[in-house]
Amino acid sequence: MNIVVAIKHIPSIADDLPVKGNNVDFDSVDFVLNEFDEQSIEQAVLVKEAVGGTVTVVGVDMIGELDNVLHLALAKGADKAVKITGDDPAADSHMQAKWLSEAIKGMSPNIVFAGVQASNDLDGQIGPMIAAYLDMPYIGGVSSVEVAGDSATVNKEFAGGVGAKYSVSLPMVVGVQAASKPPRYAPVSKVRQVAQTATIEKVAPSGEASSGLTMKKMAPPVVTGHAEMIEGSSKEVAAKIVELLKSKGLA
Amino acid sequence: MAGPIKAKYVEKEHAVVDGVDISGHWNRMFEQRVITEYTPELIEKVADIPGGESFANCYQCAKCVPVCPVDVVGNYGPRKLYRYAQTGMDLTEAPELWLCTTCKNCLRVCPKEVDMIQIMPAVREQAILAGKFVPPELQQAFENTAKTGNPLGQPQRKRDAWIQSAGVPVPIIKDVARPVDVLWYVGSYPSYHPRGIDAAAAAARIFTALGIDFAILGKEEKDDADSQRLAGEKGLFEMMTEYNIETFNKYEWKELMVTGPHELNAFKNVYPKYGFERPVVHYTTFLARHLDQLKPLLKHSVNKKITYHDPCYLGRHNGEYEAPRKLLEAIPGVELVEMGRNRENGYCCGGGGGGMWMDSFTAKHTTMRLSEKRAMEAASTGANVLAVACPFEVSRFTDAVKSTGNEHVDVLDILELLDRSMRGE
Ligand code: SF4
Ligand code: SF4
Repeated sequence: MNIVVAIKHIPSIADDLPVKGNNVDFDSVDFVLNEFDEQSIEQAVLVKEAVGGTVTVVGVDMIGELDNVLHLALAKGADKAVKITGDDPAADSHMQAKWLSEAIKGMSPNIVFAGVQASNDLDGQIGPMIAAYLDMPYIGGVSSVEVAGDSATVNKEFAGGVGAKYSVSLPMVVGVQAASKPPRYAPVSKVRQVAQTATIEKVAPSGEASSGLTMKKMAPPVVTGHAEMIEGSSKEVAAKIVELLKSKGLA
Repeated sequence: MAGPIKAKYVEKEHAVVDGVDISGHWNRMFEQRVITEYTPELIEKVADIPGGESFANCYQCAKCVPVCPVDVVGNYGPRKLYRYAQTGMDLTEAPELWLCTTCKNCLRVCPKEVDMIQIMPAVREQAILAGKFVPPELQQAFENTAKTGNPLGQPQRKRDAWIQSAGVPVPIIKDVARPVDVLWYVGSYPSYHPRGIDAAAAAARIFTALGIDFAILGKEEKDDADSQRLAGEKGLFEMMTEYNIETFNKYEWKELMVTGPHELNAFKNVYPKYGFERPVVHYTTFLARHLDQLKPLLKHSVNKKITYHDPCYLGRHNGEYEAPRKLLEAIPGVELVEMGRNRENGYCCGGGGGGMWMDSFTAKHTTMRLSEKRAMEAASTGANVLAVACPFEVSRFTDAVKSTGNEHVDVLDILELLDRSMRGE
């Protein structure tokens, strides 16, 4: 089983997001692995552990620091790591999907995993576009994958806690919402061991694509109203809340 | 069928030792028994791990058992671990691997220097690397530390948010842009935990009142990760250490002061191995040095009966027993009472060696939490305040006095008590 995981390296939102011109100030922000990709790596490794095969993790190197993420993935159980030397921190999901598809093509994958979306573009396009470029079926919002022979049973989540089981024939592209188990922890000791021995394959970006959108302006949200803190004993607070609801015509 | 094998013995027909005739059965000695019911393999498995060697030294004298805090609420201690290993326990995959708090009380009494402070982190690291069972809550603390720079998983950008509650200016070293006397390493719990923040704010007021020339690292400060190291994540510790040493060395200061004993241990005893050898001091030692200036500031009586809990990493690991007591005694109105287990024999709160992040796991293997046992000891002295000097302890003991029905005992950091006496609250 050839399992490929397409990952994204994105600006961290743990700290205040610095803005420069009409985009994120990429020089003064940390990059992290997209959270959904953590889930997708875990799901890929779980599938490998269940049916055998190799897991190849591939991503676009946005700022020249993707190696750290790839080492982490290898420490978690991936077998091969590939980086696309993009070095363009502003490459959008369409561009990345194109580059990723070109790199994945030659790997003849049975399953391609991708996080269902990422917190920078929030458009959930990587998975579906890879599927389109590679001419494979796509299923997103997935929370478990079980492979048997040349098909897989996939659990897909819908709004309101509704889930559905699909049977999908391979090859396929899966947009992972959550892995069937929480992502495992890779001890830093192990990541460091891996970092000393692992080889990361480099490929040049190939092709071009664009979302057709141009960024006009980027700015942090302006704080307008402030929350009002109601103080007093629980009875007083309750009375005030009732009063407030009444005054707004809600009770 | 052969009957039970009788132990063979030797005896001398005639023997006189120091003028005493011990001929015949008086000098009878059994021959060495051939041990068939267990093998040394699982002991060797531990002793073969670099750091685990001293495990094999144990000669089962059992001095370590009554002083082990975990044995008081369960079945533990190096002697028992050795015996379990003899009879089939593989320490690398047993729950026992995670119960030791590295409190060092066994090492204090062990004639054979069986050193759990070396053994535990070494075996835990092997278990972690081999993908064996690791308590999930501990993994979460590791992951938080690796990702956010503190085990609580709080954002780095909020590391210095606590200074707003101090009521005095807290200088950030990057902004003061000049050498300072004291670089105060605040620590993760005093930066983020609500009860820790109380202590940090009190400390800031005390240092300011004393006119100390100090500054903090602010948003550049990250966890020391010493407890994560003792819990087996050496790689994580080294990653944090590299960052911290680089950050400490970026600025000019004379002395590094820490709020927490675990940080003291890391910076003073472990960092030298990584090339950092600078003066490090715990706040109790530092303030005890300034006692003459501090005393006139302690204007208000704190009429409390106080018992003090020795943190393992301040006391046994770093030999500081007196400074905290001197500070408490300097507060007017305070009556200091001791718990039965104090100083060198102080009872562990259960937070060391990663125990801080394994409470629900530990609860499955002990009859009560160590912090609960200690809270009960504190209450039995008749004290109405349990004074602490380690940021792990405030939250642990606050929970423990509640769960053991001892809410009348207030858990307060020495910093908070000094601050109360200073401000009269
Ligand atoms: S005190 Fe030392 S030698 Fe004695 S039983 Fe304990 S570990 Fe073994
Ligand atoms: S270090 Fe403390 S908890 Fe660990 S075995 Fe020794 S006495 Fe027990």
